[in-house]
Amino acid sequence: MKRVFAMVMAVVMAAVMFAGCSAGGNNNASNNSGSGDTIKVGLLGPHSGEYAVYGLGVRNGAELYFKKVNEAGGINGKQIELVVYDNKGDDTEAVTAFTRMVDEGVTALVGDVLTGNTLAVVGEANAVNMPMITPSATAAAVTVKEDGTVYSNVFRTCFIDPFQGEKMAAFAAEVLGVKTAAVFAQTGNDYAQGLADAFKAKCAELGVEIVAEEGYAKGDVDYKSQLTNIAAKNPEVVFCPNYYEDDGLIVTQARQVGVTGTFLGGDGWSGVKNYASADVLEGSYYCSGYAPASTDAVKQFEEEFVAAYGKDTLNMFAATAYDAAMIMCAALEKAEETGYAPASEEYKQAVIDAIRTEGPNVKGITSEGGYTFDEYNNPIKDAVIIKVTGGEEVFDRMF
Amino acid sequence: MSVFTTIIKQLINGLQSGSIYALVALGYSMVYGIIMLLNFAHGDVIMVGAYIAWMMMARFAANPIIALIAAVIGCTVLGVLIEKAAYKPLRQSPRISLLITAIGVSYFLENVAQLVFGANAHVIPTFIDDTPIQLGQIAIPTTALITVIVAGISMVALNVLVKKTRMGKAMRAVSEDAGAAQLMGININNTISFTFAVGSALAGIGSVLYCCAYPKATPTMGSMLGLKAFVAAVLGGIGSIPGAMAGGFAIGIAEALVSSAGLSEWKDGVVFAILIVVLLVKPTGLMGRPMTEKV
Repeated sequence: MKRVFAMVMAVVMAAVMFAGCSAGGNNNASNNSGSGDTIKVGLLGPHSGEYAVYGLGVRNGAELYFKKVNEAGGINGKQIELVVYDNKGDDTEAVTAFTRMVDEGVTALVGDVLTGNTLAVVGEANAVNMPMITPSATAAAVTVKEDGTVYSNVFRTCFIDPFQGEKMAAFAAEVLGVKTAAVFAQTGNDYAQGLADAFKAKCAELGVEIVAEEGYAKGDVDYKSQLTNIAAKNPEVVFCPNYYEDDGLIVTQARQVGVTGTFLGGDGWSGVKNYASADVLEGSYYCSGYAPASTDAVKQFEEEFVAAYGKDTLNMFAATAYDAAMIMCAALEKAEETGYAPASEEYKQAVIDAIRTEGPNVKGITSEGGYTFDEYNNPIKDAVIIKVTGGEEVFDRMF
Repeated sequence: MSVFTTIIKQLINGLQSGSIYALVALGYSMVYGIIMLLNFAHGDVIMVGAYIAWMMMARFAANPIIALIAAVIGCTVLGVLIEKAAYKPLRQSPRISLLITAIGVSYFLENVAQLVFGANAHVIPTFIDDTPIQLGQIAIPTTALITVIVAGISMVALNVLVKKTRMGKAMRAVSEDAGAAQLMGININNTISFTFAVGSALAGIGSVLYCCAYPKATPTMGSMLGLKAFVAAVLGGIGSIPGAMAGGFAIGIAEALVSSAGLSEWKDGVVFAILIVVLLVKPTGLMGRPMTEKV
């Protein structure tokens, strides 16, 4: 009996070793073919685990566009070969996966998805000057090093939080034509303060006077005292960049103490309709990165996406990933003109340069006005303005 | 809008939240007066009242008035149940056991609410027309007006109950000297239960007023409200009914003034600083009976 067992074990072990060898062989083979007639693009994100809905949204959104390009003949006659790795939402896995992608000869990366994973990868990516576009990491530190210099190779297609403050200030000044504004933001909340600071800075630039600025502490339910102060200054708009539960109570109490101005908010407002009556919310605006079924381009994308992958992973990040793929393809197209071999240093630099020069011409589905990248590689793009009317949050315009 | 009207409006804001604190503080004070127990579960009774109001309106589409009555009755029954189940068996135990039990009941209620209703906030549909009432230059929110009036009526009714009725007389007697009251033929257990019922009914009214002003119910909404009402009761003199009212209004107005001065993050700090100062300077509070320990 023992002998039989030993025999079986030996066979199994031999099989395992053999399999290991052949896998290694494959890797080597693909490594050598990096400069062949395909362009390898990495797709990295959490495709399993609790954040899978984001990771799969990004993977599917980007894949949808790359497949379309391949079907249309590829880039300069070369097919795009996707190298897909699941980082399981783990920082270490993300770095390991990225290193393997580099070994396999990828030219560019769409990802990572979660802010934490992306922060783990950017250092490695910067060291090899890998062009990368994250469709979803919102932290400022993703494109800027600790010492304040910019990672020249890292871009994103989502907007960073403070950008929403700028957008709403511009919206108030240019669309609503207001001259006075008030700000009411939760104290000690980075998101709310980030938006509020950006709003105030942009207002100063556009000549909108901030007549009142109030704050509240986390967990407060009574805002009447601060709102009474705001009402006394009678601002035309009140910028309230907090989360929906608080926003609902704030708007309700504001109307009670006689604040008549229009309320503006950021994407934290999404879902506010369930937290205040239709009457008090009527005519409020907030901005967001993506609104389902808003424009024709978005509707077409959603149809194609659902046909290919179903509804489950259709989210904002699927849309921004689609745009990231679009920018990447435009940049690769440009880089092909240089005649360098894909994955070479010169080629990667050409892609990075091309992301900047070609971005503004890319009519993305979440930004019809194109993607212009600022000095910190953050996109200056359209935001979706959503208006609360009749108790519903409806798409108003791209701005 | 002039500075004067703004100040008046801030005072009205303070009166509105102060009325709610006062109603809750009354419950604290009455229970403390009668069995020397700081009933820390009192704030959570309000939370349960808010959930009852929400359930009646959102789930069973009940008329707001019926929902309010249900909330008040629910709170009353709950208050009596808590007394019978948690405090009565400990009547002869040291007071520290009662205090710990009260904290336990508080956590129990909060966690049951979280289990049953979830940690998310539930929004209570608005049931009062929000158009402010114009008085000269000053627009008074309808909810503020209703809150202050209802609280005022409740307090007057309570005063009549305590001062003019037989049951009130029994309550005062038990709080004066439970042993002697028993010798005079007063049923102490019934009197204590009745006190809990009245205190909890006031909490029920408080929860309804709270829901008018801040229409959402969360499992932990009662804890901070309860603590602040406790401060109000101490400030007014714990055990004293007029003291609890005065303390509640004082805390509400202090909060409103601190917030309007742009120091909203300091609001809770100021309230608890008041508690510390009162305990250091005048532990019996504004209207409390001087405590003479018999040797």
